[in-house]
This record gives sequence, C-alpha cells and structure tokens, in this order.
Amino acid sequence: MTATIDFDIDGPAAPPRSNGELVFEEPWQSRAFGLVMSLHESGAFTWEEFRAELISAIAAWEEQETPSEEYSYYQCWVTALEQVTVHNELVTSDDLAGRARDLALRPAGHDHDHDHDHDHDH
Amino acid sequence: MNNAQSSSDRIPINLRTEALEQLLVERGLVDPQVMDTFIKTYEKDVGPLNGAQVVAKAWTDPEFKQRLLDDGTGAVAELGFKGPQGEHLVVVENSSAVHNVVVCTLCSCYPWPLLGLPPAWYKDPAYRSRVVREPRTVLNEMGLELPKDTEITVWDSSSEVRFFVLPQRPSDTEKFSEAELAALVTRDAMVGVAQVSA
Repeated sequence: MTATIDFDIDGPAAPPRSNGELVFEEPWQSRAFGLVMSLHESGAFTWEEFRAELISAIAAWEEQETPSEEYSYYQCWVTALEQVTVHNELVTSDDLAGRARDLALRPAGHDHDHDHDHDHDH
Repeated sequence: MNNAQSSSDRIPINLRTEALEQLLVERGLVDPQVMDTFIKTYEKDVGPLNGAQVVAKAWTDPEFKQRLLDDGTGAVAELGFKGPQGEHLVVVENSSAVHNVVVCTLCSCYPWPLLGLPPAWYKDPAYRSRVVREPRTVLNEMGLELPKDTEITVWDSSSEVRFFVLPQRPSDTEKFSEAELAALVTRDAMVGVAQVSA
C-alpha cells in the first residue's frame, strides 16, 4: 500500500510538525478516510470514480446560494463515498439511511463515535 | 441530487459515516484491521518528512536532482516513496527568478506519499480560487513576501499530475548534512507558500 519509512520522532530528523496541524479534527473523519482507502485498495472503485464524486460534492456545496453550514471537506468526502458505494451497488441509499436512522435512535450516551478500539496487536 | 444525498441530508455526518462503516464491514467489503492500518499510517507515518528527505537529497546530489526533475515519480520511488496519489509526480524548481506554488482548483489533489494529507487551508475554497487569481496577495497573507521581479507560477494539480515544489536551498548551509537540511524543509515550502530558511 503506502510507502512507510523509519524516521525519528524527535530531533532534527523528526517530521516537521511545527507548521502542521491535526490531520483529522473528529473521529468520523478518520473513519471516512480509512473506508475510502480500504475500498480503493480492494478494487471496489477506482480512484478516478471516487475523485469525480468528491469534485461534484464540493461543487454542490460551493453552488449553494446560502450555505447552511461551514464548509467541511470531510462532509463532502462522506457524500462522495455514499455516492460511489451506491453507484457501484455495494450498498443502497435505503440501507444507508435506514442504518443511520437506527443509529440515531440509540439510547443517549451511545450516539457518539464509539468502540473503534480494534485490536492492533498483530 | 440523488437519493443517497437527499435522504441523508438531515442525518448527522458522524452517523452517516458509521452507517457506511457498519454496512461495508458486515458485508465483508472492508476489513476493519486494514482500515485501521491505513488511518494509523497516514496519521503517524506519512508526513512531510518524506518530501523533506527528497528535497535534501536533491540539494546534495545533482544527479538525483536531475532525475527528480525529469521523472518525479520514478526518482522518489528510489527512496521508497510511492502509493496512492503519488503517481504522475511533477517537480517544479524554485529559483530567484521564478517561484512556484501549487493548488488543486477542483478538489484537493496533493502528493500524499511525500507530504501526507493536505492541510485544511489547501482544501479551503478561498485558497483554491484566490491563489490562481491573485497569487502574490495570497502568498503575502500567508507570510511570504517575494521580490517584485520574482515571477510567480501557479500549478493546478489534477488526477493526471501532482505538482511538488523543490524550494531554493538557503544560503549558509554548505556544511549541513542531508539530515540537517531535511530538518529545515517544511511542508509549506514544498507546496510553495513559504521558503526554506536556515
């Protein structure tokens, strides 16, 4: 998959984080990112298919006359992921909406990004 | 807009994402371990240091620099940097006459294997539209004042080509090792919204 190298965390060779910023502002953003990377790697869609959906989701946001909320890149990312998974018949839009509504009905305290502590020990 | 969008507009984004993850995992289309590895890798391992190493090597090895300018993707693969969004890398070199700056006007194309994921400002509609129209003003606002006679070239990344800026080596760094040079190079310099200083 990705190129990785061993580099120092501290000292002169550490990544220049001083001008960096958090990659993900909220947990759902990293989940959405990981979903796209996994599906792309397994061949569920091509990068170009996803990118085309991302461009149109961003364009749709920009074309709103009165934006309902602040621009969120990862919100467009999720919309693009929904479009490409529905289009490629991995899920249906009814499945997605139904599952999300079920999740919204969970008792209070269970409606946050939860339980993503998968075992990393192997 | 089709159904996937309109039927989910009022559902909070975190739940839409969770619904996607649950359904895709249940159907065996996504392996949670693979997904977590991707997230961890991009959060922790892939970052601008990769690009900084490429720049430092180009500053100290003229033959590598020539290969980098001729075939960016091939040259950075020599250092082990490859992966999604690293294909079709084109390296543009700054000089005192020309300063290069990179944008993706349509979305957020960016050389991930070299720089990690793009920062928020790179994805922002304001940067994407304004840097093309008024690059000098945008660079000034980001803290970079260039001499008036330095020409500014704006490169629009796309799925076909990802641009990467080779900054100018700062003066008084003749005695620096490659590692010491790499430590000077910032992400912003490799996008072209900053210069490298010693």
